[in-house]
Amino acid sequence: MNPGFTWNLIDDVRWMWSLPSMVDAYRAGVVVAVLAGVVGWFMVLRRQTFAGHSIAVTGFPGAAAAVYLGLSATLGYFGFCLGSALVIALLSRGGGVGAGERAHASALIAVVQALALALGALFLELYGGFLGNTSAFLFGDFLGITDTDVLVLALVAVAVLAVMAAFGRRLLFASVDPAVAAARGVSVRRMNVVFLLVLGASVAEVSKFTGSLLVFALLVMPAAAAQQLTARPVRGLVITVSIGLLVTWFGLAWAYFGNQATGFTITTLAFACYLAAYARRLVAGRLAARVAEAV
Amino acid sequence: MLDSYTGTALVAGTGIALACGLVGYFLVLRAQVFTGDALSHVAFTGALAALAFGIDLRVGLFAGCVLIAVLFGALGRRGRADDVVIGNVFAWVLGLGVFFMTLYTTNQSGSGGSGGNQTTSVLFGSILGISSGQAVTALVIGLVVSLLMLLAARPLLFATLDETVAAARGVPVRLLGYGFLVLIGVTAGEASQAVGSMLLLGLLAAPAGAALLVTDRPFAGMGLSALLGVVDVWVGLGAAQLVPNTPGSFWIMVVAAAEYALALAYARIRRGRGRRDAVVAP
Repeated sequence: MNPGFTWNLIDDVRWMWSLPSMVDAYRAGVVVAVLAGVVGWFMVLRRQTFAGHSIAVTGFPGAAAAVYLGLSATLGYFGFCLGSALVIALLSRGGGVGAGERAHASALIAVVQALALALGALFLELYGGFLGNTSAFLFGDFLGITDTDVLVLALVAVAVLAVMAAFGRRLLFASVDPAVAAARGVSVRRMNVVFLLVLGASVAEVSKFTGSLLVFALLVMPAAAAQQLTARPVRGLVITVSIGLLVTWFGLAWAYFGNQATGFTITTLAFACYLAAYARRLVAGRLAARVAEAV
Repeated sequence: MLDSYTGTALVAGTGIALACGLVGYFLVLRAQVFTGDALSHVAFTGALAALAFGIDLRVGLFAGCVLIAVLFGALGRRGRADDVVIGNVFAWVLGLGVFFMTLYTTNQSGSGGSGGNQTTSVLFGSILGISSGQAVTALVIGLVVSLLMLLAARPLLFATLDETVAAARGVPVRLLGYGFLVLIGVTAGEASQAVGSMLLLGLLAAPAGAALLVTDRPFAGMGLSALLGVVDVWVGLGAAQLVPNTPGSFWIMVVAAAEYALALAYARIRRGRGRRDAVVAP
């Protein structure tokens, strides 16, 4: 069924897309790249990568709990991701961006993650051993997507992007300069709650495709690469989404023809992008220094 | 009353809780908990790589954790890595873990689900299923790490609280940063195979976070953190005895989270009272 890779690229793509699930995976890839890219860009800007990772990890016990209780895994992902986001947001002091707040916040985030995982361990034990699809919960099943999945994903993405559009400016202000933003009447704390909830919802939805561990890669890697290249918000968002799109699409093709897991191919491509962006900034910095010296 | 499983679990858990309490205190103080979390997941990749290449699982665990810990130090300023850098590196290391899992499951043709089971066992561990030999190893490693932490406590504290002044006073800030990272790596490697990544993270964060909420005095905080960790393990294992068919690590984590929540409430009340006093006093 998999004809193998040839250098006739058009035929390759035609072969790949003759599978309906592969077409759906590509469609989902577009939405995931936009959703994870936009939310991830703010996450990296706010240095909330640990919170993002922990919220993502709590999705796994959520799914395990839902399956144990006979509910849909989706409900579990959303319940646990939103729940942990809310707990982290409400219990952390201030806006969660100050230096002193950071130490306490990191402990809080870790406790929430570990407790959620403990619940996961309990449900796995109660279930009587290991769930058959543990691996799918953790690493995703990008290739088992249906049309309905893509539609739901798109609807969630539209809702999240609408919230981001409504709060984007204030959120940006509160992230870049919390003190001035607060003085100007922006509630830094409320922005933190809104953002973490948006992060939770996005992570829950994306996790269904990428699994709990690899959603984090799509959140952090394209955004981190883009922020090495530019500090401007709009340009940065465009670069983030473009990188996300490229690594997802090429990663899917590599996984298909190379018989690899999408988790490996997509993270490897995204990490390569990050390294390239990092190297480019280093070189640009050296050049600028040399020019300044010469002048 | 005490079966042999619980006995070995107590021995191993005590050693690991002591080390985690002391290492965790500095992790929280330096806002580096994410490093510990990342390393606990790196352990999974290390273990799977070792399985894929057919070498001892523990070699992979330790080598992976210590190597990546040092890499984090090299990427950061003065041996402290940025959260975004950590996120990028460890997201890719997880991806590599999936690669090794594919490799391992294809080599072991037929047993399709074993990769997933391997993952869950690294993630959740089974504190009640370790041998007495493993328990002694865990205790010894835990004690050695704790001793090293105590020896390095004073300069490390100085370097943590005021890096610039410490460096000016001749404290080897960079070296301490690396040494600390190696100790985190060793702790993560040992704890994730004995008790699982989940409990490792919980024991690193909850006792230390609670201790820091309760007291500002560093040595009292370190002692309290280590003590709370040990209490968590003992009370948790006791609870697992009382409620049959529930995992020990679940109960340990429940106790740890409860103690952290109590500390959080205590700090809130104290802060509220302090604020009221401040209003009344002048």
